[in-house]
Amino acid sequence: MKVITGSDLRTGDVIWWTGEGWSRHVNDAVDAGEHAEAIIARENAKQIVTDTQVIEATQTPEGVRPAHIKDRIRALGPTVRLDLSLKPADPAAGNWVI
Amino acid sequence: MYQYDQYDQAMVDARVAEFRDQVERRLAGDITEDQFKPLRLKNGLYLQLHAYMLRVAIPYGTLSSRQMRMLGDIADKYDRGYGHFTTRQNIQYNWIKLQDAPDILADLASVEMHAIQTSGNCIRNTTSDQFAGAAADELVDPRPYAELLRQWSTFHPEFDYLPRKFKIAIIGSETDRAAMKLHDIGIQLVKNDAGEIGCRFYVGGGMGRTPMIAPVIGDFISPLQMVSYAEACLRVYNRYGRRDNKYKARIKILVHEIGADEYRRQVEEEFAHILTLGLEPPAAELERIKGFFEQPGFDSAASDDLDLSDPDFALWVDQNVHAHKQPGYAIATIALKPVGGIPGDASADQIRLMADLARDYSFDELRVTHAQNIVLPHVRKVDLYTVWQKLDEAGLANANLDLISDIIACPGLDYCSLANARSIPVAQKISERFADLGRQKELGELKLKISGCINACGHHHAGHIGILGVDRKGVENYQLLLGGSEGADTSLGTITGPGFNEDGIVDAIEKATDVYLAQRSEGERFLDTYRRIGMAPFKEAIYAKEPANG
Repeated sequence: MKVITGSDLRTGDVIWWTGEGWSRHVNDAVDAGEHAEAIIARENAKQIVTDTQVIEATQTPEGVRPAHIKDRIRALGPTVRLDLSLKPADPAAGNWVI
Repeated sequence: MYQYDQYDQAMVDARVAEFRDQVERRLAGDITEDQFKPLRLKNGLYLQLHAYMLRVAIPYGTLSSRQMRMLGDIADKYDRGYGHFTTRQNIQYNWIKLQDAPDILADLASVEMHAIQTSGNCIRNTTSDQFAGAAADELVDPRPYAELLRQWSTFHPEFDYLPRKFKIAIIGSETDRAAMKLHDIGIQLVKNDAGEIGCRFYVGGGMGRTPMIAPVIGDFISPLQMVSYAEACLRVYNRYGRRDNKYKARIKILVHEIGADEYRRQVEEEFAHILTLGLEPPAAELERIKGFFEQPGFDSAASDDLDLSDPDFALWVDQNVHAHKQPGYAIATIALKPVGGIPGDASADQIRLMADLARDYSFDELRVTHAQNIVLPHVRKVDLYTVWQKLDEAGLANANLDLISDIIACPGLDYCSLANARSIPVAQKISERFADLGRQKELGELKLKISGCINACGHHHAGHIGILGVDRKGVENYQLLLGGSEGADTSLGTITGPGFNEDGIVDAIEKATDVYLAQRSEGERFLDTYRRIGMAPFKEAIYAKEPANG
């Protein structure tokens, strides 16, 4: 699947295209398919997201898993500071990243 | 320490106001990201993997306690409670919000700090010896000259759009603690037989994808012509540097391609021309700056005795304390390298504690080292035990300076959008493998440096042991280098052979240290043994096949 990701212009947070808007959670990402570039052009024009890009990912039973390690780390947060991740209370949160 | 005059403060305040306006226009959608990006980078604001990152300049690594406390407060107020000290003696915050950036710059300006020229193709923050003004082996205090370079290079209109970024280091001791020969320009202040001071210019060094050691271009330039000579070096580079190819745009490529002799000839020609223009700052300005760096009011009666009856304290003194030029005083280095920790990271509370210690015990001064540690440069020996106790309570009394666990590591793929592999987890595993301090001391001085990509922010080329993280089809892989050094005997490391995974690289390092322990001669460091016996014994041990079980 092709997933759109970017950064929130104001906060810099990593965000994912949900089909209707943007989410900080990679599992909310949807397959943008052949419309990805058009969505990016439209969303960039709104000036609320920056550094948008299309990446490869796989839909698994556990959730959306970006193909490249860099994107998986973006989805999680620093692997060395899981306390700063989106699920700091879950010690297994990063098991799928590396 | 240098203190801003009205011109310094006015320039920094004006930049804050300008950037506030630029941020407001970006947030309002009046300018695009393409328009805004070069503006934010001019103010040290990057967009990294997880958030905006702000790189704050710490000129020649020198801070007052008030400035250090502000760095801690910013970590709490605008970030996530910590900061990361870097190999350019700066600090980076990893979780900045764009809307907060102007307020952060305003807070920094209130303590005479900024983030100007911490990014972009301009002259970056000038670095120096972290023991400047304190070291027992110092010939000349480099700080006034570093400050002069800071003033000259800040907003220099001719050098704001160089072919690539440009890094300068300046030292005043025979011992090079600033990796001076691996800079675009390294300046060593020396004295001739008549006792006169001169500047020895090394030009065209660097790390990155094409590491080079800088040759001497100017052997003995008068300090009163230092700026003009630097101007000449930059002008020749600015004129002929490769703007057509980013990877060949650093000055080291130019010096290498035309040769040191031809580059020197052109610099001398330009230097002669510049001298006719009278661009050099007046001698009175250098004298004015020197006035800010008078030695503090040392107690001439301070005792030189040190009670080492506490064995843990004695270990710390043995490893982390250096001789001061003033009897009764010492230089104390705070190693930000706990076992299993993140090299260079310090919490807001730790930053403030170090500020308090500087205020109370080190004439209000701190230094950041390029090895990502902090220095208290002027501590009375009688106060060392109290300082150590307070550091110990805060988890900052790591007695591992210059040992294998005192690792330089870039942020790597955990934070950096340019990285190919993570650096920090490798550093953590190595420090855990070699956690026993007795084992580390047995290995002696061993400088280990890790970069997560070819840009070499972790100085892997200059490590006695260097590690370079690469991307092999989406999987992290680590190349091992041996034999690098950044001191007076600067050398570049050599890759051992095929790379390793995250656990394999730790095993490989342990095997390399085993070879050293087995083969070293009396008094040899790891680096000395490597230089004497060469790569072959290390390679043989590192790549030896494990015997099959049974």
